[in-house]
Amino acid sequence: MTLAVHLDPPAVADLARSALHPGDLLRVASVGLRTRRLRAALSALGIAIGIAIGIAAMVAVLGISESSRNDLLSSLDRLGTNLLTVRGGEGLGLSGDGALPTSAKPMLSRIGPVDGVSSVTLVDADVRRTDLIPSTRTGGLTVQATDAALLATLRGELADGEWLDDARSELPVTVLGAVTAERLGITDVGNGVAVWVGDRWFSVVGVLEPLELAPDLDRTALIGEGIAQAAFDTTENPGTIYLRADPDQIDAVRSVLPATAAPEAPDTVEVARPTDAIEAKAAASDAFTALFLGLGAVALLVGGVGIANVMVISVLERRSEIGLRRALGATRRHVSIQFLAEALLLSALGGVSGVALGAGVTAAYDLARGWAVVVPVAGVVGGVVAALLIGAVAGLYPATRAARLSPTDALRTV
Amino acid sequence: MSGLVVDLVGVGKEYPGDPPTRVLDDVHLEIGVGELVAIVGPSGSGKSTLLNIIGTLDRPTEGSVSIAGHDTSLLSDDELSGLRSRAIGFVFQQFFLLSGMTAVDNVADGLLYTGVPLEDRRAAAVHALEQVGLDHRLGHDPSKLSGGERQRVAIARALVGHPSIVLADEPTGNLDSRSSQAIIDLLHELHDEGASILVITHDRDIAAGLPRQVEVLDGRVEADTVARGASR
Ligand SMILES: Nc1ncnc2c1ncn2[C@@H]1O[C@H](COP(=O)(O)OP(=O)(O)OP(=O)(O)O)[C@@H](O)[C@H]1O
Ligand SMILES: [Mg+2]
Repeated sequence: MTLAVHLDPPAVADLARSALHPGDLLRVASVGLRTRRLRAALSALGIAIGIAIGIAAMVAVLGISESSRNDLLSSLDRLGTNLLTVRGGEGLGLSGDGALPTSAKPMLSRIGPVDGVSSVTLVDADVRRTDLIPSTRTGGLTVQATDAALLATLRGELADGEWLDDARSELPVTVLGAVTAERLGITDVGNGVAVWVGDRWFSVVGVLEPLELAPDLDRTALIGEGIAQAAFDTTENPGTIYLRADPDQIDAVRSVLPATAAPEAPDTVEVARPTDAIEAKAAASDAFTALFLGLGAVALLVGGVGIANVMVISVLERRSEIGLRRALGATRRHVSIQFLAEALLLSALGGVSGVALGAGVTAAYDLARGWAVVVPVAGVVGGVVAALLIGAVAGLYPATRAARLSPTDALRTV
Repeated sequence: MSGLVVDLVGVGKEYPGDPPTRVLDDVHLEIGVGELVAIVGPSGSGKSTLLNIIGTLDRPTEGSVSIAGHDTSLLSDDELSGLRSRAIGFVFQQFFLLSGMTAVDNVADGLLYTGVPLEDRRAAAVHALEQVGLDHRLGHDPSKLSGGERQRVAIARALVGHPSIVLADEPTGNLDSRSSQAIIDLLHELHDEGASILVITHDRDIAAGLPRQVEVLDGRVEADTVARGASR
């Protein structure tokens, strides 16, 4: 064997490294997705739908519960959380629904951090549309005597007409609760509409919106205390007292209410805070959010496993392409980021369509419920980011496998 | 320009196993700039292995390999990739064109990993396709081309970056005799224009028509008709 001796060896040129522009990477990765038109496109679509559903569930649930929670919290804001109700229990020996002593109202008003005290008392009469309807068909509607402060204390709203002010206390006029008005078929107070209460006509001067803090009053016809006592012998002992307390001292006020309202039988007095129920509802909707987020995460995970599956198959199918790219000068890293980019493109596709779908469902649901449309920004951004993360994790193993393939083995594949 | 584009000294290749498979043994081979060389030999004699080692897709177990003046044993994997992207062009029996991409884009991918911008790559690809006589098929998908046309696209891809050497492993193996002849004629043309080309072929007639033949037998260079004008 002869050994070559070069008198004039070629100059060793500076060796330039392989390079792949980001734009080219995107092109290569998308060509990879477009190339296997029928099968790869279909499986890619399937994966995209899988992830889309996962994210849609997540965003939809986030959006829906966010909206309903906002709704609850804003109604709490509007209604105030400082309303307390005081009700006389059984066994006080007082007549009918007027279960509290007559001194209860003035005594409660004297508590420092209390302002706005109002009461209702059951009237022994029924309310009917006309005197021709038999008294048995009153449909669970009651008549209650009340004072001028009730509407402001409950922060209620009138759907139409006016409230019972002091000047009308003695007059045969009534304001109907929302359910009562609906049952009696009265939507407005125009044209001197009147209803039959007990044994006489009462003009309807106002119709209430539903009272969120006192829903039981929606089924009543409210009349002044003056006419109730004069016409129906209603007791002066109040049935239920509503009062507003200083929000900072509400617990202190609460603890002294029974003894103040009924000093002789404080045990029989029930004190409640109507907003507790609304707050419990808001807390429950938080729990639902957590549950559905979990479901969304599981769906995302399934989508991620699908992407990993498609990418592993893709790497197996495309051994010769991998070999070719190595022959064209691709480094191991160029091969791995190509497959990683493909996985990310797949998952981004799924993420974006999933977010769009989820936002659409949320908006439709909100609109159907008459809520403000709230699509949580965190859900939209988080959805896309979660999809990309899943895609990156799912693409990592196939990409590494592709990069590890030896070029000669890859090219030997037919 | 003078010198060698390929310089193998005492190259051996052994695949691990029990007993190990010795595929190449003490191969010395020098190929000068502008040569057109045929490698012939029976199946399993190690021709493809030799070509892969010259193409830096595989490393020898012993001996030294210099390609375009670079001692490959001194280069990292990434540096070898860089060398392949510029200095070496490959042509395969199975063409290995990517469908879903036009002929021009397939050829342009010959420069994909060199850092040359897309527009320049496409321009060079159009020129290379003109060189192989396919300027009327620029926008075709490879699946819509005949076998001979596909191989010409693959040759254009190997040539597009003006590599120091083109390595072709049985480029006519999948073609009928007429298409084969057209490919061989094309290689002659490119050789006349100054390209350095190494072709593996089974076809004795084709080999006989090339300026230099290297015969490989059982992993050794059995015969080498050194080309006219090459110094030894
Ligand atoms: N990875 C490997 N492991 C073990 N043996 C291998 C490996 N790759 C190739 N060989 C063996 O090396 C020998 C030479 O193979 P090579 O592909 O170089 O032959 P060839 O001359 O190109 O044959 P053909 O003309 O059929 O293509 C064969 O016997 C083959 O079995
Ligand atoms: Mg071979």
